[in-house]
Parts: sequence; structure tokens; C-alpha cells
Amino acid sequence: MGASHRDSQGRPIVAVTGLGIVTSLGQGKDANWEALTAGRSGIHRIERFPTEGLRTTIAATVDFLFDGSFAAPELSEKLATLAAEEAVAQSGLGEAGDFPGELFMAVPPVEMEWPQKQELAQAVDGDADYDALLRIAARHKHQAMHELFLFGGVAEHISEKFGTKGSPISLSTACSSGATAIQMGVEAIRRGETEAALCIGTDGSVHAEALIRFSLLSALSTQNDPPEGAAKPFSKNRDGFVMGEGAGALVLEDYDHALARGATILGIVAGCGERGDGFHRTRSSPDGKPAILAMQDALADAGLTPDDVDYINAHGTSTPENDKMEAMSCSAVFGERMASLPISSNKSMLGHTLTAAGAVEAVISLMTIANGRIPPTINYNTPDPAIALDVIPNEARDAKVRTVLSNSFGFGGQNTCLVLTAGPNAA
Amino acid sequence: MARDVVITGIGLASSLGEGIEAHAHALASNAAPVVDTQSFAPYPLHPLKPLELDKQIPKKSDQRQMEPWQRLGVYAAGLALDDAGLKEDAEAKSQLQVIVAAGGGERDHAVDAAILTGLRNANQPGAFLNERLMGDLRPTLFLAQLSNLLAGNIGIVHGITGASRTLMGEEQAGVDAIRTAQARIAAGQAEIILVGGAYNAERRDMLLLFELGGFLRSADFAPVFARSDAPGMITGSAGAFLVLESAERAAARGAKAHARLSHVGAHRSRRQPGSVAKALDELLAGFGPLGSDALAISAATGCAEITDEEAAAIAKAVPGARRVATGDLVGHSVEAAFPVSVALAAAALSTGAVKEAIVTGAAHWRGEGAARLVKA
Repeated sequence: MGASHRDSQGRPIVAVTGLGIVTSLGQGKDANWEALTAGRSGIHRIERFPTEGLRTTIAATVDFLFDGSFAAPELSEKLATLAAEEAVAQSGLGEAGDFPGELFMAVPPVEMEWPQKQELAQAVDGDADYDALLRIAARHKHQAMHELFLFGGVAEHISEKFGTKGSPISLSTACSSGATAIQMGVEAIRRGETEAALCIGTDGSVHAEALIRFSLLSALSTQNDPPEGAAKPFSKNRDGFVMGEGAGALVLEDYDHALARGATILGIVAGCGERGDGFHRTRSSPDGKPAILAMQDALADAGLTPDDVDYINAHGTSTPENDKMEAMSCSAVFGERMASLPISSNKSMLGHTLTAAGAVEAVISLMTIANGRIPPTINYNTPDPAIALDVIPNEARDAKVRTVLSNSFGFGGQNTCLVLTAGPNAA
Repeated sequence: MARDVVITGIGLASSLGEGIEAHAHALASNAAPVVDTQSFAPYPLHPLKPLELDKQIPKKSDQRQMEPWQRLGVYAAGLALDDAGLKEDAEAKSQLQVIVAAGGGERDHAVDAAILTGLRNANQPGAFLNERLMGDLRPTLFLAQLSNLLAGNIGIVHGITGASRTLMGEEQAGVDAIRTAQARIAAGQAEIILVGGAYNAERRDMLLLFELGGFLRSADFAPVFARSDAPGMITGSAGAFLVLESAERAAARGAKAHARLSHVGAHRSRRQPGSVAKALDELLAGFGPLGSDALAISAATGCAEITDEEAAAIAKAVPGARRVATGDLVGHSVEAAFPVSVALAAAALSTGAVKEAIVTGAAHWRGEGAARLVKA
């Protein structure tokens, strides 16, 4: 055994040894990286369901995985499976179906969907109320629907497929869920509870009702034409986010464990910070305090200072409120340096992958470190004078990036920030 | 070096009423459960005893923005904070982490029924669905439904600015919430955590989900371990929150510790005959020697062989123990079932009635959990 390595607080170091990603831009790291650095958008007109009567008719859905119809948990599971297969294969950890670590999964909340309810309703004479549906259900001829719509179903299936150890975690912290999955994996490794963790954020839940719910909250962009122009983080004319789908997967591993088996270290999850916001159910504190504290906590957890950060992977949803709050909070943390510190939003191209976003963007952040190239914020044509940031407008930029701060902020006052760094021996 | 974790706050609300005393009394006296066999016939369930919401959720505007399961959870969380003496402690509330085991919000049953009925004859079903949903869904309903918004509402109503996490996954979410909270405090990753869950059983949409899988009992009430005539769950509305705290922190502020939460474990495997008993055997064996006079509280569902295996595991681990099924007191409360059971155990320890308790729970579909509590 070699000497054991510890972080600045004497804890096990958490290495990243595998990455996987699927988004509307394609499957796998190569396809996504090529598209992201080319400034290509995955946002398009929705064809999955009729959009008559809807204010928003675009989304960054993943349409290349199923031929027929499917329920949201089935797509979420497929996305997670593909991302996890890529990440686990890259890590070279364990054997097929026998991953020697725990599973932490950010999964979208589920409930029975319309096609299944309609299937039951078809068997009903008279009004299709819930008592009637219950009578059909009591025949026990639709048992698969139970498993399909359990909250724990997707993680259970992933755990079974990959052979992860322990009780699989299904979690939600709204739009910061993907980051929380990583944070919980980091904590488990630091506790010495597990030497590896498979952390996944997945979301394949763009269906009519999901879109309508966000639409009724006036959260979505309604600038449908052209679709690829709708997500405009930090622009003056931004008008809401665009729903997206995808999955990101990371294999986290105790650094010494990874070294001992000669694994390639892709990066380090150096720090995590999280803060609640008791201000409002959908709005952030106007003073940005929870976001500021979450960023500062993440840096402190990593034993780093704001000066160490080379690039911020923004939450950058393209809603009027988030982008303003995020810019202000970053300025509070980074001071005058913020005018020149690169910050870009992957959501300008991927839309908001919601439950998956924190994991998807962590994967992209680590690719940014590895490639020394920062994906742009596209559609940045009308700068918001109130937000003076270097958003890497429209074109990717080469830059030496060793340390990334990745932000995730969500409904319900959820703020989670990650500090991701290059491996100790990277140039 | 693992630190001791103690329970300094218990918040309970169910068909039996609210508070430690009401529940400790029922636990000690084998009180008859409150069962409603009419409202959701043929499914019996344990309805929530109505709460005076104003006592824990002072603003009507907050009450209006929540679904019943969220109000129940926020209420129980408030009881736990009161019991721990933290309600007015701003510093503690900025440090307090929250872990919630949650499902989702209730459907608008009338809207769903009208749409489903209309859809059968709609010429353009897609357009019809869009039009009706755009017109009939309440905009705020979504927020009332989001799983993480129970945690969000706890933060807003009780002024907690520490971070929250929401675990999902039916019964096992409750096990993992308590397991994770205990582990983080024991490892020094947190000092104080509010953890628990809430379940509103009085919903046909949830009955539908469980009935689809054949997991409900549709006959009169029978005790959890005596349902072989018609196996299945009898659900109950219940919320339970606990304040877990490092023993050091609790002692420093002179807080009363109801019990020490010495062990929590969770397991999953593909279900096959014997797998539940094996999982629980292993979990309980990992807790070290158990007192033969320990109280055994079971969060068992009442579902056929699974529950029989749980009974066998309990009998093997603590042969002389008094065994109580949480379901016989308040019904099965899914995500909240394990937190409620741990809360009952903590209440029993707090009254001095017992010196040690184990808690077990095998979920209706996947996952097994166990905990051990001892005198603080």
C-alpha cells in the first residue's frame, strides 16, 4: 500500500474515474463535446406529443432512443443506463453487473401518466372517476403499472443492472438534484462507507402535463421560433427556460483506491456546498444570500479561495430572475474578478435538463478541464447591461482550466454548488 | 471514530392524534386503532385526526399552498422542533440540515376524472388534453405536488435556512433518510438534522397505484401479522419527524435526549423466498448483542410472505421481545412508515418503559431496513 492521500481537511480524496452523458445533442462524451464546442443547440420543435394550444412548443427532448411510445420513467431509466454504461466502462471498475460501490440517483418525481390512466379508463363504463379506475385495478391485470410508477423503480432497476451495493438512493432537490447525487456520493466515500459511488442524474420527463405545469408557472420561454434561439442565458431578452432531457453519470472513487488499481484520474470532486432558502417556493432570496453561501461553502469545503477558480459552469437557466440572481451572487463571491472570470451556461444548448442538470453539467465541467476548452453560451446577441459577465459568447474558447465551480439552484430553495478540479498530477 | 447520535426531538401526528404522549400511550396500552372502512371502501384506512393547523403553520397563505401530505409533514416537523426546543433558535435553524422521505402530491381527482371521461370520445385527444390541462390545472398545484416541496415548505414555514434533501422510493426512502442522517452526524459531517416523512393515505390516486400491484387489503381491519386471509396493506395517514443531534451538541445545550440511535442499516436485493428474512437477520446481527427484553417495533406492511419473514427475523433476533406493528396503531404510512416506527421507539425509550428497542421494516416491493435505539 502506498501512502494514503488526504484532502486539506484530512478526509479521503474523491476522484472521478468515469464519466458518461446523453443529451438531446447525442449519446456519449464525444458526440456531446463536439456539439457543445461547436455551439450547436439540441432544442427543437416537440414531436413527441401534440402541442396545439400550448404556449411553448419546443424542448430539448431525447428522441433517438425509442421507436414507440414510452412513459417518463422508461426514458429516464434508458438515459441513466446509457450514461452509466459509458461511465463504468471508462472507469474499468468492477465487473459487468458487479459495481463495487453504492448508487446515488437523482430521478424525476413520477406519477401515473395519461396513457396508462386512459388504458384503465377504456375498461370503464360510465364516468372514469378514481373509484371506477380502482375497480379496474382490482382485477390485477395491469400489474406492471405499479412497478413503472414507483418512485424507487428507476434506481432499483439501475442497481439491479449494474450490481451496485447497498440500498440505492433516489433523491430530489429539484433542479439541483444531479449535484446532490454527486454530493451524497462524495460524503459516503469521505465517511469510508464505500470506496466507490455511481452518481447519476437523469430526466426524461418531457410530456404534455409536465410542460404545461411549468408553462402555467410562466417559467418557460415562449419564443418558439426558431427553437434553437430560445434559450438565451444572461441575455437581455431572455424569457424563461427550455425543458431538456438527458443524463449524466460519474464514477466517484476513493483516490487511493483508484491509484492502487492504476485507474486514470479524470478529476477530483474537491468540494460541495449546499444551502436552503426559506424565502419563497419558486423565487430565490433577492439578496442572493443562500446562493452566495452555497458557493462559499463549496470553496471552503475544497480548501480553496475564489481566486483559485478558473471557470464557472453556471446554473444559467435563461429565466429573468435566476440569471440576475446568479450574476449578482457570483459578483458577491468573486468581486471585481467577476468581470473577467469566464462563466457559461450549457443550458443555452441543452435546455434545462432539470433533475439531471447538475450531473450533466458536472460531466461537461470535467470535460472542460480535460480539453482546456470552454463551451460557449450561445444566443448571446443582446447583452443585459445589468449583467456584466464574460459569458463566453457564442463561440468556444481555449483556456487552461484547472478548477471549476458548478452551480445548481432549484425550486424549493435548493442551492448546491460543486468544486471540480483537475487531478493532482495534471499539468 | 464514530460519534454518538441522540434523538432530541420527536414530532408525531396520525389517526391517533398528535404528540409523544398520545402515541406512547397507545403503544403501551395496545389501544384499538382508528379505522375508516367506509370512505374508501372496499379499502380500510386510518384517517388523520384533524390538526389545528394554525398551531404549526400560522399563515393561511402557507396552508393554502400545500397539499395535505405537505401540511401534515410541516406540522410534524414543527412538533419535533418544538420538542427539541429549537423553534426560536435561529442559529440552530441555520445549521439544521433537513432530510425528508417523500412521495408526491395528490392529483386533482375531479379534474382527472372529467378529462378521462372526455378523452374517450375526443376526436383529437392530444389537443383535448392540452386544452383541459391548460384550463383546469391550478398553477400552484405543481408546487404542491413536487416531492422536494415538503422540505421546501418546512424551510419556509419554520424558518430553516440549512440545506434540505429529499429521498424518494416508497418505504425505503424513510429508511435511507434516517440511515443517512445518523451516518452524517456520526461521521462529523453534520451536527444536527431534522429527518422524517409524511404520508396522506386518504387519496384514491395512491390507493390506485398500490391496488394495481395487488398490494392492498380490501377487507376489514386485521392486525398486520394476522392477515393471511387477505394479505395486503392498510394504509394510514401519518407524519413523523425526528431531531437527530450529536450527543456532544445536545449535552452542550442541555437538551433532553429521548434515546440514542445507535444503529441504522438498509439493504436491497431481488426478492425471492427467504430474502427478506436473510436481509433482516444480517442487519440485526450487525447491531451487536441485542437485549432479550428489547421492544421490537415493526413497520411491516402486512403483505403476505414478506411480513411473515419479517416476523421470523424479529423472533430470531430478540426471542423474548414484545413485538408491536406500527401498522396496528396508525396504519402503513409508506415513506413515513419507518420514521414513524423509530419515533414510536424513541417515545417508548423516553418514557422509561423500555431500555432498548429495535425497529424493522421490509418494504412492500423492495428494500429492507432496521434500526436500534438504546437509552441515551
